[in-house]
Amino acid sequence: MGDIQESADRLGNAERVALDQGRKKKTTYFYMMLSITGLLAFLVLWQFAVMTNLVSSRFLSTPLEVINLFVVKLSDPFPDGEVLGINILSSLNVALAGFGLAIVIGIPLGLFMGWYRGFDAFMRPIFEIVRPIPPVSWIPLTIVWLGIGLQAKAFIVFFSAFVPCLINAYTGIRQTSQVLINVAKTCGASNFTIFYRIGIPSSFTMVFAGVRVALGNSWATLVAAEMLAASSGLGYMILMGRQFARPDIIILGIVVIGSIGVIFTFLLGRLENRLLGWKRL
Amino acid sequence: MSMDEKKIRLRLEHISQSYVVKNEVRCAVDDVTLDVYDNEFLVVLGPGHCGKSVLLNIIAGIEKPVAGQMFLDGGRLLKSDERIGMVFQKLALMPWKTVMANVEFGPEVRGVAKGERRAAAQKYIDLVGLTGFEKAYPNELSGGMKQRVGIARAYTNNPEILLMDEPFGQLDAQTRYAMQEEIMKIWEMEKRTLVFVTNNIEEAVYLGDRIVLLTRCPGRVKQVYPIGLPRPRDTVDPQFLRIRKEISQNTDLAL
Repeated sequence: MGDIQESADRLGNAERVALDQGRKKKTTYFYMMLSITGLLAFLVLWQFAVMTNLVSSRFLSTPLEVINLFVVKLSDPFPDGEVLGINILSSLNVALAGFGLAIVIGIPLGLFMGWYRGFDAFMRPIFEIVRPIPPVSWIPLTIVWLGIGLQAKAFIVFFSAFVPCLINAYTGIRQTSQVLINVAKTCGASNFTIFYRIGIPSSFTMVFAGVRVALGNSWATLVAAEMLAASSGLGYMILMGRQFARPDIIILGIVVIGSIGVIFTFLLGRLENRLLGWKRL
Repeated sequence: MSMDEKKIRLRLEHISQSYVVKNEVRCAVDDVTLDVYDNEFLVVLGPGHCGKSVLLNIIAGIEKPVAGQMFLDGGRLLKSDERIGMVFQKLALMPWKTVMANVEFGPEVRGVAKGERRAAAQKYIDLVGLTGFEKAYPNELSGGMKQRVGIARAYTNNPEILLMDEPFGQLDAQTRYAMQEEIMKIWEMEKRTLVFVTNNIEEAVYLGDRIVLLTRCPGRVKQVYPIGLPRPRDTVDPQFLRIRKEISQNTDLAL
């Protein structure tokens, strides 16, 4: 290694810090390059496969075509009737409405059920019946009730996100350390105080894991719902791509959905780091 | 002044505890009757799993005994009481809270104003030697330091009786000695009635005014030893070693 000194005599603290940062930067940089290389290799392989007719261009467009279409679709409503921005907003609107509602209802419900045994006994049978129902099986009923607008789809998204939110909050708070509960008891805390001062913080890691799953679920369910009942949105755009035999439209839709998923996961990770910063110490 | 004339703070009468595990009754504590005097350092000594911790949990109100009564200053003791504090065996700190937030937790949940509880917490953080670590998180502390936080937290609740459940059991030998000296120093500066549980004979003789020796499971009181040695005690003093030997010959400890 070129960055090891012969003797530590002349190494001041500033030098040591610089050395440490240099080493860390090197490894970070190395792994980042690997990630970028992986992504590029995938795109090149894809481009190559279509260009050499390994896969017919009737079924798969090249990455370059998709990028081109992305630019065009920003201002061109053809063929599905809306420009890309509107489709994205329309989907985001539904996803966030359903997802947000699931968080606001699912997490507190899970926490209370996990902590209060009586409440658990009361709620559990209803939940256990609702839980295994695939969210998309609500689609016909919601169309009858609420039509094909935002509410109907948000309702289905809600169901798909609600279950993991509740289960994880429930499991998380159940894992609260008995020792910490005892500590709080001997400090004179009431059961409700222990619930929100010890139980809820203890559940955070699991809650976050649940929110991640819920986010993935809501995005997946949303697209399914839009394919069945919608007049705009990314799922609708994909469906139209199929009807017009335009694989580039379909792939653009898929890529946009994937990218938005990545952005959400990233934002959630940032929030988690901030709230659970003590874990990294 | 003999022990009998001292004021009794805590009295246990016929405390018994058992658990039913797979339809089988297992006794943990059997008919323990015990007086704890004002400001004394009482050590409960016994082999592993002899019900020592159970006894402390019962006094702290964490579990209910199946039989027996407890009295604190003459009044029946039926549940957790603010006058009784506890230092736990396991490192029982909230990892998401700083040292300061952990230490001031007790007064905070009881609704003590911020300035007042901060001052109390700071006093005991200083006393246990953690000045400067107020903003550190438990993950950044060593085992001994974490246990100091636990001690400061128990003191900040300002209890009249402090229970310590093998607080040094998970520390390495060197840290353990340091902490024994430390706890002695703190006890002498801030006199409290202290009930200290351990399975270590040397630790018991080093710390206790009296040692209550329990039998192997179920825990019964086998013998009570008053330790008259002056403090600070020397662990290689002939007197010390004699008492240590006497106790170890009488114990069920596998040593």
